Amino acid sequence: MPAATATSLSAADFDFVRRLVLDKSSIVINPDQSYLVETRLAGMARREGFASIGQLLAGIRDGTARQFQVRVVEAMTTNETSFFRDHHPYEALREHIIPDLMRKRASVRKLTIWCAACSTGQEPYSLAMLLRQHFPALSGWQVDIHATDLAVEILDRARRGRFSQLEVNRGLPAALLVKYFTKEGAEWQIKDEIRSAVRFEPLNLTSSWRAFPPLDLILLRNVLIYFDVSVKKQILTRMRGVMQRDGYLMLGGAETTFNLDDGYERVEFGRYACYRPRSGQPAATSPPNQVGVRL
Amino acid sequence: MNALVVDDSRAMRQIIGRILKGLGFEVIEAGDGREALARLAEVPEVDLAMVDWNMPVMNGIDLIRALREDPTLGRVRVMMVTTESDISRVAEALGAGADEFVMKPFTTDMILEKLQMLGIETVKTT
Ligand SMILES: C[S@@+](CC[C@H](N)C(=O)[O-])C[C@H]1O[C@@H](n2cnc3c(N)ncnc32)[C@H](O)[C@@H]1O
Ligand SMILES: [Mg+2]
Repeated sequence: MPAATATSLSAADFDFVRRLVLDKSSIVINPDQSYLVETRLAGMARREGFASIGQLLAGIRDGTARQFQVRVVEAMTTNETSFFRDHHPYEALREHIIPDLMRKRASVRKLTIWCAACSTGQEPYSLAMLLRQHFPALSGWQVDIHATDLAVEILDRARRGRFSQLEVNRGLPAALLVKYFTKEGAEWQIKDEIRSAVRFEPLNLTSSWRAFPPLDLILLRNVLIYFDVSVKKQILTRMRGVMQRDGYLMLGGAETTFNLDDGYERVEFGRYACYRPRSGQPAATSPPNQVGVRL
Repeated sequence: MNALVVDDSRAMRQIIGRILKGLGFEVIEAGDGREALARLAEVPEVDLAMVDWNMPVMNGIDLIRALREDPTLGRVRVMMVTTESDISRVAEALGAGADEFVMKPFTTDMILEKLQMLGIETVKTT
């Protein structure tokens, strides 16, 4: 076996990272993705003063660099996202899903939404802008957008709401850029009226979840793809347990409940399909002391 | 579908033109606003105009204003593609009648996403 250099990885180290990441996040790293671990960890090792990735990992194993364990896991998450990603889901929200939920919740005037893998925030902020722009009637409602992710550093970025030119150039209609952002230097800051509409907090989808009020809408987009079948199944089933029986679940373009959890039915809106619990499925139960709790 | 690419940089016209051809557009080019108006008069069924801001003879913002004053050109969707990136500039372009705004540098995907926003569904062929 060739010796590991500063930026390459021994088979044992690769195996260690795969197991650590699987254990802490359920993210599956494929056997042929050694290069991915190398590219993601080389920078961190260098910045933190380790001679090699191997040395960083040795420190995590023997406890002298314990604090980097979480960072290694976070470095292996893929945080790719964009405003109004894929376009069609947001059309479905504007034309069908939100109007439907507003009819159903007209008496309680309350909507509870969860973005369950929000990355750097573009997804919940897109949703907040969409609600603000197209549903002025919601100003008299209690609308809670909970946004969670495993990666704490990513959440800090999300909470700040500051984006690069490349990020605002993607998927964001120019009219919304003008309306809801200010330019600060070379970066774009989302305005407080949108920023404050989203509550960010860390949550690992594969650990226990904090209790949410029953959810009307869950966005679980482009995260199931990183998990193996049994973890996908578990998460989908748990999602069904925390959502309203007439609520909606939105997945990413390459994701489905099909063959994983037949407690959902597929609902098609034009070029986009989302999911809702099949009728006859139990409704969400939320512990009484948690109802309406805010973050 | 026909697209008009207006930019004083030949290299930039080629880059944008190549992206649009890959999406199935017939592409015509113009090096400034006045030339663009001449092209539009010759080829009436243009669906999309990609317009740079800073150009000699007639700049992009004046082109968009002129284009929006001509009722026969009502169908043209206009996307400004420029190095300008101040919020006041974006607002000015929208006010003049641009439908979308892309800041240089851009990627093919950004153009695709913006076209989708304008309701122009394209299939990537390259
Ligand atoms: C590709 S991004 C998707 C972002 C956004 N939902 C979208 O569709 O654009 C995937 C996100 O899932 C997060 N993630 C991965 N494993 C997770 C886990 N076990 N629990 C919570 N979030 C996780 C990553 O940190 C990353 O930010
Ligand atoms: Mg120019």
